[in-house]
Amino acid sequence: MFLQQIVNGITIGSTYALVAIGFNMIFGVLELTNFANSSLYMFGAYTTFLLYSATGITFFLSFAISIILTGLLGYCLDRFALRTLRKKHAPKLAGLITTLGMSMVIDNSIMVIFGTDSKAFENHLDFGKFYIGNAIVTWTQVIILVVACVLMSFLSVLVYRTKIGKAMGAIAQNADAAKLMGINTNKVISFTFIISGVLACIAGNMIAMNYRSIETNMGSLIGTKIFASAILGGVGSVPGAIVGGVLLGVIETMVSAYISSGYRDAISFTILIVVLLIMPNGIFGKKAINKV
Amino acid sequence: MIEKLSTFLVRRRVPLLIAVAVVAMLFPQVITSKYILRIAILCLMYCMLAVSLNLMTGILGQMSFGHAAFWGIGAYTAAILAKTYGWTNPGVLIAGAVVSGLFGLVLSLPVMHLKGYYFTIVTMVFCQIIRIVEINWMSLTNGPLGIMSIPKIFIFSHKIKSQADFFYLALILLVLTTLIVVKLTNSRTGYAILAIRDDDLAAGAMGINVFKYKSMTIVLASMLAGCAGAFYAIYTGYIDPNCFTNAVSNNMLVMVILGGLGNVFGSFVGATVLTILPEALRGFSEYRQLVFGALLVILMLVRSEGLFGSVNFKYIRQRLTLEKEMKATGGGSNG
Repeated sequence: MFLQQIVNGITIGSTYALVAIGFNMIFGVLELTNFANSSLYMFGAYTTFLLYSATGITFFLSFAISIILTGLLGYCLDRFALRTLRKKHAPKLAGLITTLGMSMVIDNSIMVIFGTDSKAFENHLDFGKFYIGNAIVTWTQVIILVVACVLMSFLSVLVYRTKIGKAMGAIAQNADAAKLMGINTNKVISFTFIISGVLACIAGNMIAMNYRSIETNMGSLIGTKIFASAILGGVGSVPGAIVGGVLLGVIETMVSAYISSGYRDAISFTILIVVLLIMPNGIFGKKAINKV
Repeated sequence: MIEKLSTFLVRRRVPLLIAVAVVAMLFPQVITSKYILRIAILCLMYCMLAVSLNLMTGILGQMSFGHAAFWGIGAYTAAILAKTYGWTNPGVLIAGAVVSGLFGLVLSLPVMHLKGYYFTIVTMVFCQIIRIVEINWMSLTNGPLGIMSIPKIFIFSHKIKSQADFFYLALILLVLTTLIVVKLTNSRTGYAILAIRDDDLAAGAMGINVFKYKSMTIVLASMLAGCAGAFYAIYTGYIDPNCFTNAVSNNMLVMVILGGLGNVFGSFVGATVLTILPEALRGFSEYRQLVFGALLVILMLVRSEGLFGSVNFKYIRQRLTLEKEMKATGGGSNG
């Protein structure tokens, strides 16, 4: 029973982590709370669903196209709205409201096209299940975990070891200085948005396959949890998002199994607040220096 | 355009204020449509919420994504007192404010040393926690079913039941809220709060008790929101946890930012626009939220600091007085 909860918790947590990394990268680079991230998560799942059911191409091809389209949508979000705001040196809040508006547009477009009822989503990663002790583990869960781990290590390398990752760090510290050093800030920021779109799309499809259904409020359901994972781990940190996401997933399943399923989110969020009280910058967050 | 409008507003503020007061007094007498009166009442209530959130976000500078939680606490307090304990006096409004203020105090103590986004996320999470408690605490809140047929209240043995009565009640509450917030910002305390917004460390070094002023402002903002919530509960007569979601909190924040942070008049405009707009778009209900979102994006692209965010009415007033004086002295020397 306990082992089963751990397995389920890690599965849910790793998908939180996937979306949270994208969120955290944008947060780290732009200090922008991207509300549209959870919309991209839903958009990815619905695009795959549409391509697969309407055009008759194979599932994995539609998945691939959906990844590209979601990445493109992430790019458009930055190119046509946020870049204009940056050019005008608009206050940070304007960017936040813009992503909120964008998220409403995406969510409601999908609601208008597909309706609000949930749709069945075929699981193409269903290779049966096996037992660890007396815990049932499906291969889908294993694949989700493996995909999450691979993507996380890939992103860690990308952010901390490559040139573009260093550029992201430079922009996060001081965008103007980064520009003077010859970094094409717009390009790097657009790239960050594409990555976050791709991650959200993969996470959306994985979760859709795990639950075998998609619905229009899947984005808003996960929204606060992504923020919570990112903050719990420490903003702007890739390993932080991973640890935060998995931790949140495990806490959630544990609370719903052993304490109360109704109060699940309330208790896990209270734990979040308590953690923030002890570690005000999250688990992996750097200590902020107060400048006067 | 906004600058010209603001100058006009300041120059003609006395006749305009009188005109607004007259229109507000006559409004429920002239307009008899229940639908329009209902929107007007909700407008007044949202103005109150936006002003209180502006106190916390624009004036204290702590961005809150959980204002609906305080609104909900006020509403539930009033509903439970009125329904279970048979309170039918204006005490429910005060009780709603007090209980909400207590929660504000509870929230403000631990988050005091959290900065910026951490504060934001805690308020967001706080809103969810409160909502989950509202859903699950069946014996107190009747869970997801909500509290139905909340009794109306009596003020000086006059039962508040018609739309016009509620309109006047909302108007009085809004005027009180505005007076409190405006008086506060123009007082010594208000300057201390503004100093904390600009730089809390420097403010602390200048001898301002950051902790005291911060928690005081958060408590006051949550009390005002709680009072609005209590009004909402007795007005609609029905509340359920779905009224107080994070989406509602976001909506309130959008009102404040659209109007302009720190500008009370802007909050009125933001709240009014965002209450009327969804009703005006009712014709194409399916696309309502879509259009709403798109309009938000466009507005931010066109005027990113909010409608009245860059307008300082006090400054305009000083400038106008100065111009007048200069004209007067200039005219004197010529004649």
